[in-house]
Amino acid sequence: MKLARKFAWPSAVTMFVLFFVPLLIILAYSLLTRGPYGGVMPPWTFESYLRVFDPLYGWIFWRSVWIAAVSTALCLLLAFPLALYIARSGARKTLLLNLVMLPFWTSFLIRTYAWMFLLRDTGLVNTVLLAVHAIREPLPLLFNNGAVILGLVYGYLPFMVLPLYATLEKMDHSLLQAAADLGATPGVTLWRVVIPLSKPGAVAGCLLVFIPCLGAYLTPDLMGGGKTVMLGNLVQNQFTTARDWPFGAAFSLLLMLIVLPVTRALGKRGEDLL
Amino acid sequence: MRRLLAVYAGIAYLFLYAPLAVLAVFSFNASKIAVWQGFTLQWYGSVFHNSALLEGTLNSLVIAGVATIASTIIGTLAGYAIWKRRMPWLTNSLYLSLLSPEIVTGVSLLAFFAWAFRFGHVQLGMHTVILAHISFSLAYVVIVILARLRTFDPALEEAGLDLGATEWEVFRRITVPMLLPGIVAAALLCFTVSFDDYVITSLVAGVNSETLPMMIYAMARKGVSPEVNALSVMITVGLGTLILLAGKLEQRT
Repeated sequence: MKLARKFAWPSAVTMFVLFFVPLLIILAYSLLTRGPYGGVMPPWTFESYLRVFDPLYGWIFWRSVWIAAVSTALCLLLAFPLALYIARSGARKTLLLNLVMLPFWTSFLIRTYAWMFLLRDTGLVNTVLLAVHAIREPLPLLFNNGAVILGLVYGYLPFMVLPLYATLEKMDHSLLQAAADLGATPGVTLWRVVIPLSKPGAVAGCLLVFIPCLGAYLTPDLMGGGKTVMLGNLVQNQFTTARDWPFGAAFSLLLMLIVLPVTRALGKRGEDLL
Repeated sequence: MRRLLAVYAGIAYLFLYAPLAVLAVFSFNASKIAVWQGFTLQWYGSVFHNSALLEGTLNSLVIAGVATIASTIIGTLAGYAIWKRRMPWLTNSLYLSLLSPEIVTGVSLLAFFAWAFRFGHVQLGMHTVILAHISFSLAYVVIVILARLRTFDPALEEAGLDLGATEWEVFRRITVPMLLPGIVAAALLCFTVSFDDYVITSLVAGVNSETLPMMIYAMARKGVSPEVNALSVMITVGLGTLILLAGKLEQRT
């Protein structure tokens, strides 16, 4: 058994040096003062954390939470019937599930770009609508909150389908039989038996979608039109253009503080999910 | 009810695949705008004559290749260790790294490199990108390896030990050969995740380490171009093939 312990070393060192130490440095940077040319310098201060409560940035925080929450809710509504269908597809189950996962594994950037191709002013949707004279001016489909939500739902839908499918697939069929025998219509069975029983999957799915949505960077950046729309963009902006590393670091840690308890909740039964 | 669900599922799959399908169709469009003006392969040709894109592709292949080899070795060993001895702290830190927002991972690595290099004359470049990719792709490898190990019968290892082999011999001559399809699947997955990354890469890349996704991003910001459409189709088909291959290997027991 000594071998297994030795085998843990390379990954432990990698995680320590390339994951935990960087987070500790972010912690240190968040407590320092902004340097004249970017970077950081003494004195140590809590000022960056106080600025987190600035109404201007608080607004971005709440907007991020709102966008992530709406996207999560939409994912849940869209994914549930799909997961139910896949779970009841017999021999084709695996194939249908893999078809949901396949686009997720290919390029996220390219899938976002594909939506930009469809939605921009000179994009396919507007071109078609103009050609059939349904509209006179191109519709502003891209570069707004709605487009960001669409991109997030599209990107993270598989994260919701997977755990929902896992619980629905394991559901005991005799329960549905019992409900039917006792006179429940399919609708009542769905509402009073299937949906309550799928709650663990729904909770896991909501966490798995909400977390990446809250920290999203690429989707709001490309589909939101490059304004500072969400927390991820704010952090990136502080580290690049604005060159205020302490402030960006403070916001990064705020994001991690939200992620941490969710990771714990998922970790307890993570083995069934991943 | 059943039929209604089937119709809904059809629409859902359309939602998932239509944007990519439309992109693929228009990558063969002779016109630069979203109006069909006849079939052409010229955009595919121009991708191959674009030296900047070719250089970006080479960078991406080198980064993903090196990161994949390192991650697969480290991750396979870690998966085995977790399977044998649970190691909750290692498991939890891998989960945490998997769920951390990419942007936070990216800026923390940037801050880390900036701090680590302040005394030396080292700059951001290919090496920092590779290190970053090893860091975020490790968890994916471990997950695939662990899934594979759960179907592996520990009695096989015990038999080897009973017959007098050392732990290392058992690992090398029984466990690794049995795990091999899983290891290859993990490597393929790791490669696609690494090849595709934009957010973390763009933060820790320096001069001469611009990757393909960074170029696609820059072009997408400027506007839609048929060249990017063609490039996107090729990457999607390439990565999709790797994923299907990984899936096949994972299923084989």
